[in-house]
Amino acid sequence: KEEKQRLRKEKKQQKKNKEKNDEKTSHEEQPAGSASQPPAQPSPKAVPVPASEAPAPADKPAKSKADLKAERRARQEAERASKGKKGDVGQPAPTGKLKAPPSELQPVVKRLPEHVQVDNPEVVKKLAKKLERQQIPLRSDYGYKVSLFSHLHQYSRKAPLTQQLGIPSTVIHPAIVRLGLQYSQGIVAGSNARSVALLHAFQQVIRDYTTPPNEELSRDLVNKLKPYISFLNQCRPLSASMGNAIKYIKKEISNIPSQCKEEEAKIKLLNCIERYINEKIVLAAKAIAKYSIEKISDGDVILFPPNCSFNVTISTSISSSLVNHILCEAFEKKRKFRVIVVDSRPRLEGREALRRLVQKGISCTYVLISAVSYILPEVSKVFLGAHALLANGYVMSRVGTSQIALVAKAFNVPVLVCCETYKFCERVQTDSFVSNELDDPDDLIVTRKGKTQLEHWQKVPSLGLLNLVYDVTPPDFVDLVITDLGMIPCTSVPVVLRVKNVDQ
Amino acid sequence: MRRRHNHPDVVPNHFHRQHTHTQTPSCPVSPLISSRFYTTTMPAPDKEIDLTERIEAFLSDLKRGGSGTGPLRGSAEMARETTALLRRIAAQARWSNAGDLMEIIRTEGRRMTAAQPSETTVGNMIRRVLKIIREEYARSRGSSEETDQQESLHKLLTSGGLSEENFRQHFAALKANVIEAINELLTELEGTTDNIKMQALEHIHSNEVIMTIGRSRTVEAFLKDAARKRKFHVIVAECAPFCQGHKMATSLSEAGIETTVITDAAIFAVMSRVNKVFNATGDLGNIQVEACELTCVGDLSGRLRSGFQVIIGTQTVLANGGLRAVNGTHTLALAAKHHSTPLIVCAPMFKLSPQFPNEEDTFHKFVSPHEVLPFTEGEILSKVNVHCPVFDYVPPELITLFISNIGGHAPSYIYRLMSELYHPEDHEL
Repeated sequence: KEEKQRLRKEKKQQKKNKEKNDEKTSHEEQPAGSASQPPAQPSPKAVPVPASEAPAPADKPAKSKADLKAERRARQEAERASKGKKGDVGQPAPTGKLKAPPSELQPVVKRLPEHVQVDNPEVVKKLAKKLERQQIPLRSDYGYKVSLFSHLHQYSRKAPLTQQLGIPSTVIHPAIVRLGLQYSQGIVAGSNARSVALLHAFQQVIRDYTTPPNEELSRDLVNKLKPYISFLNQCRPLSASMGNAIKYIKKEISNIPSQCKEEEAKIKLLNCIERYINEKIVLAAKAIAKYSIEKISDGDVILFPPNCSFNVTISTSISSSLVNHILCEAFEKKRKFRVIVVDSRPRLEGREALRRLVQKGISCTYVLISAVSYILPEVSKVFLGAHALLANGYVMSRVGTSQIALVAKAFNVPVLVCCETYKFCERVQTDSFVSNELDDPDDLIVTRKGKTQLEHWQKVPSLGLLNLVYDVTPPDFVDLVITDLGMIPCTSVPVVLRVKNVDQ
Repeated sequence: MRRRHNHPDVVPNHFHRQHTHTQTPSCPVSPLISSRFYTTTMPAPDKEIDLTERIEAFLSDLKRGGSGTGPLRGSAEMARETTALLRRIAAQARWSNAGDLMEIIRTEGRRMTAAQPSETTVGNMIRRVLKIIREEYARSRGSSEETDQQESLHKLLTSGGLSEENFRQHFAALKANVIEAINELLTELEGTTDNIKMQALEHIHSNEVIMTIGRSRTVEAFLKDAARKRKFHVIVAECAPFCQGHKMATSLSEAGIETTVITDAAIFAVMSRVNKVFNATGDLGNIQVEACELTCVGDLSGRLRSGFQVIIGTQTVLANGGLRAVNGTHTLALAAKHHSTPLIVCAPMFKLSPQFPNEEDTFHKFVSPHEVLPFTEGEILSKVNVHCPVFDYVPPELITLFISNIGGHAPSYIYRLMSELYHPEDHEL
């Protein structure tokens, strides 16, 4: 009896909490609704709720299950109504909240990251509505899309999103507007560069932020960030590393206790971000360089497709992509090696890499990717950079990487991938179609000898141009992955992810 | 197999486009050049002068064709012109017996192949004609064809065989027979593309995704013929730096075929959706225009994995069944093998060459590295080695099928075809 009474009290408490939270959610969702709510919401809720919930499932399972189910349903409906989410139905995210305090590793159904479904009109409508609510212009697709990729966006570089924004934009911070433009024009490219730029822009946002009255910093700031993230997503789809960085920031913001004063909170956040950049990017690069240098021996000929472009320094010491950094370090350590830089149209990022290497004094050769099977017999090692490492061991990188790995395998040349751990992501995919990025198709047009063959490709109805940005390399082509945690095989990526989740 | 490569020596600055050779010092002077070559009287219809002039014009065309300043020609045209020229030599040159004629042709042939070594069709045609002469001679002598074949098998075991002096007999009808046979060869040459086209419907079905690389007229005709009755998609990989794939794509899409252009870097990425890879021996003699590799990605909403194909052309089919094709073809072939996609090569018989692939630099041809790293890049050019190879070697294990004007063959059968087309003594001109 006593137990029953206790249980009833707890359930009443739970219901009260849920109602309060539901009100808050519906209130919060009105200004800005986004799918990344659930990870933000559980954190403030998880603190008061698990205390009452943890004993409930343990005792009287029958009653609590029914109640929990009802609560779950109510919450799901509330979330679904306010979400406006595209295509991510059916993943019962609340189970994550109910199941465990985050320290326990219960098997949570992994939510698929934002699934792009451009060919589904309902999804597109929902997205348009959501963007309208956030007052962000919708970027329209450009040109004839190859039907295999009709589920992805294809934008033209000549029509940046910022043209549709008023000046000054009231919703979006100017640092973010600038960043979005830099992304969409390709000024900032490469996953490291983009993440660092993003974090710096967020630092600026935090500095300029003031908590409105009657609001908590932890919740309001997260909501402020949501339209920015949507905007950046519209300018250029977010990369895996950026996604991880954003998750980290949101977690940090939500973990700020409510008693904390605004100034203190801001300083704390700025330091967090600084530390993240330092640990995950700068120091990781040094660690990877240290490990890789062991692998470079005298007399090596190294093949190097420059995967991440080399952007302008963004007030950190990161001035080049990882592999470039490694090669320069190795050269300083007086290893004697030769580098072959493999480049591909239309981005031709290799030329910049070539310049940097030649400036250092490394002897280089330069070829295009179609000549790779000609040049490969001379090569002793292949170094690749990665954009992201997927949970099934596949390496997602610039288009052309898988081809080089394939040919290297055919010639029995070892392939080494260098990747920081913050780029590991939980997505899985086996081919390059499911989730990719389509770049401006006009980039493929070239004028040779005064003739441009593809100039009027838009007019020809059955002609399409495909400008892929990424591709996935299967793990059997890759011999070793060098990360800041050490040298691991490709298949150990989920292990690292698991360990990271435990740490967090 | 690793290859030792001496880097600094192979910087391919030799093949500069503007540089035209007017005379290679190593070329022997044609036996037809007599003192009359230096006269300036034009109207005299002197067959010999006419002939010599034509030969010289052809040679200079060959040389210039390789460097891109001359008229651009496909391999088929090249083959036809060579054969026409050889017919003219047979008709107009002075010879009394088969041995003389063969000697003349061989000498001319050596000069022609020296003018443009990468244009193997010329050498192939010469060898064909030599074989024709041998056959006609043998027929005139009265020995039947069966014994010839038996002799060829017999020859494998014994050395010697028909020696040179056997060709010294004079037959009056030989000239006419030889010219007739060469005419037959010419008709065959003209019909090659049509013969290959006719086989298109057997290999391409509806809703297929076909990938190709290299602008090849053979493959173009092949696909256009199939498109009359079937609907399919084509993916064309542009072949940097020449980007001839663009032209192929525009021409295919004008014929109403769904075409997509992709970059070479995306070949492996899209290969999983491709049904078949068709390759053809692109007209690579004039690499500036014709080494287009377009990978037209079929936009296939059906996404059928089975039956995807890669259809390519090639510059030469080598004696072991391997290919010498546009650079990038090896990557394409490896990707096709990885996805178990059939690789089909459309190659007319005149591209079959009795050469074997060797690792020497003679196999490769390089063009100006300006295509890869333009001079606008500035100072770094002096510190960097840049390569722009034109050809790729594709080993026969990666090839599924050869489609030629006489039907389809497996790569393992090529050696037998070769023995039918060429005489073993002619392999070395």
